[in-house]
Amino acid sequence: MTEKSGADILVEALCDLGVEVVFGYPGGAVLPIYDALFRSKRIRHILVRHEQAATHAAEGYARSTGKPGVVLVTSGPGATNAVTGITDALLDSIPMVVITGQVPTALIGSDAFQEADTVGITRHCSKHNYLVKDPARLGAVIHEAFHIATSGRPGPVVVDIPKDVQVATAGYAKPGPIQHKTYRPQIKADRAAIEQVVDMLAAAERPVLYTGGGVINSGPAASQLLQELAKITGAPVTSTLMGLGAYPASGPQWLGMLGMHGTYEANMAMNQADLVVAIGSRFDDRVTGRLDAFSPNSRKVHIDIDRSSINKTVRIDLPIVADAGHAMQDMIHVWKARQHPKPDIAEWLRRIEGWRARKCLDFPETGPNENNGEIMPQRAVRALYDATHRRQPIITTEVGQHQMWAAQHFGFDLPNKWLTSGGLGTMGYGLPAAIGAQLGNPNALVIDIAGEASIQMNIQELATATQYRLPVKVFILNNEYMGMVRQWQELTYESRYAESYSDSLPDFVKLAEAYGWKGIRIERPDQLEAGIAEMLAHDGPVMVDCMVAKLANCFPMIPSGAAHTDMILQANEVSGTMDDEAKALV
Amino acid sequence: MHIREEKAERHTLAVIVDNEPGILARIAGLFTARGYNIESLTVSEITADKAVSRITIVTSASPATLEQIVAQLDRLVPVHRVHDLTAEGDHVERELALVKVRGTGDHRIEALRLAEVYRARVVDATTSSFVFEVTGGTSKIDKFLELMAEVGLIEVARTGIVAIARGKDAA
Repeated sequence: MTEKSGADILVEALCDLGVEVVFGYPGGAVLPIYDALFRSKRIRHILVRHEQAATHAAEGYARSTGKPGVVLVTSGPGATNAVTGITDALLDSIPMVVITGQVPTALIGSDAFQEADTVGITRHCSKHNYLVKDPARLGAVIHEAFHIATSGRPGPVVVDIPKDVQVATAGYAKPGPIQHKTYRPQIKADRAAIEQVVDMLAAAERPVLYTGGGVINSGPAASQLLQELAKITGAPVTSTLMGLGAYPASGPQWLGMLGMHGTYEANMAMNQADLVVAIGSRFDDRVTGRLDAFSPNSRKVHIDIDRSSINKTVRIDLPIVADAGHAMQDMIHVWKARQHPKPDIAEWLRRIEGWRARKCLDFPETGPNENNGEIMPQRAVRALYDATHRRQPIITTEVGQHQMWAAQHFGFDLPNKWLTSGGLGTMGYGLPAAIGAQLGNPNALVIDIAGEASIQMNIQELATATQYRLPVKVFILNNEYMGMVRQWQELTYESRYAESYSDSLPDFVKLAEAYGWKGIRIERPDQLEAGIAEMLAHDGPVMVDCMVAKLANCFPMIPSGAAHTDMILQANEVSGTMDDEAKALV
Repeated sequence: MHIREEKAERHTLAVIVDNEPGILARIAGLFTARGYNIESLTVSEITADKAVSRITIVTSASPATLEQIVAQLDRLVPVHRVHDLTAEGDHVERELALVKVRGTGDHRIEALRLAEVYRARVVDATTSSFVFEVTGGTSKIDKFLELMAEVGLIEVARTGIVAIARGKDAA
């Protein structure tokens, strides 16, 4: 076997794994890899402007295509800048492989220039990580890293490669299918458990399917299976933030998102259900609210590929460790084989219609303390939806009020169209994620629904979109506040707005233009439709600065420490104070 | 407002892992990151090719947290399997201590007599000191150390618990 340098082995292994795009930023400790990429010309490298953005772009690429995202950064600050995105991918189960350069093996531990203990730092924010000290092992490690990142519960895997290992030579041969010694995720469910959950669904009077990002991760077929399962069982469907789009928002059994900013009907249905079937969701604190009051009278089935998700916060009556898609397929198969009729749950559906009639997502057309003539942020999201949904756009978001309004008011009918930072709640996610999504879906309409505070956290990526001629759209709901922080201060600290005002904002239109983007400002309701149309008509990247009501709050809301039944639906239900127990919760 | 704590039970876990660099940091870090207790942790290679290590962890946690600890350990990539020896049935626990005692005259004689009762072996001696090697369960060693404190205990080194299931089968 002819020997190759570690850098060439890496590039060849990436090619063998079908990698088309790498998001990265060069530096001293990865120069041999960059040279190998340059010579090979087989992989497209996207130069970001900050390593954090490389990780979010890789997440956006992964979430929108189903393929793993790949990141390449240098040692030290390159790696530490990537840590936020690695953690984000861990919390949201996004398949990602991060290649980091490292100082030469002889210098490791000497506090060398741009040295950081990358495997130490990323040990607990990655699914797995490696420090490769032998070029002969490099090819196998890269293949194993992709296997681990993409199988089971997906997640980020970090491969740290010292510079001398990139230069030293060894043989490389493409390995066959990986049979890992210790890592064997359970894909197929236990047959008896599947029969049991089918029995429970057939007998339930008040069932709810509570789905999450695991359905999306299982692939588009799982979303089809979810629709079929819902159809044959008649059970209404709610979803977490991460699972939006798996069951269509226009579907007849859709309850809307549940949890802190979920719908009244979804949360009341969870509260009153006699059977909750959780599929690829993890009973996150944003979903459950106060644990001792969470769905108190239901039996709970939890289907999850990660055994540690089961019984973590909520006691489960029937645990099923399996891939969401496989488990649903088995359930449908058993249901049909037994020729179960569709259960009669008309009374339950009537009660749900009663809750739905509260129209919890309705909002006033003017802001709380303001004159007419201001745009309500919810109205802006709906206008965006009306103008674009036929094109099945990919929507990314930053984090905060705008994110929740987008989740509430932008209906998703397909999976892989909704990219948001759910678990970690990373401001600055949306723009680089949109760039990654656009690269993976060149013909799609990709819009980052942003806030004026969050967008500034990775604003430098405007240049990346310009460089690669990516026609992404950024739609800023500009209320001149870190809106969700301000909202919590209004609810909890009697409106003492400590440091939540977005002072000294840039002129976003001029800023966009400075980066070679088109900039549009929308200030009044009568400009909304035309502004959005202008944004869509432009074939390059566009940033829209949409001025919205400054003090609008995101409702419905379950305050921290409250039960699903204690939702705040309207502004006049806000007391402005909370006890210490509630204040201590996130 | 006060921070609440759950009632804890003491359990001994055996964790069989691939002997790769960083595995101990991975496991110890999991305990600190998730707020679990480690009362004792021992680790050693157990196969001739040095590819596999056995880590014995003594932890105290509520039953729900214990279930989580096992599940969280089990999902680490290099972990072969995790056994909650306490939950799985009868098992034997042993610990070894090296105990240095200094003294002359009656104290010295008393230390030797007590060592005999506790089946501690003398592994080093000078005219004014002994090093005893004692093995047993944690409570036996605790008791031995308590007695040695009265006759001139200077220093102690303990291995922490190692444990194995009773009976003919591997855990």
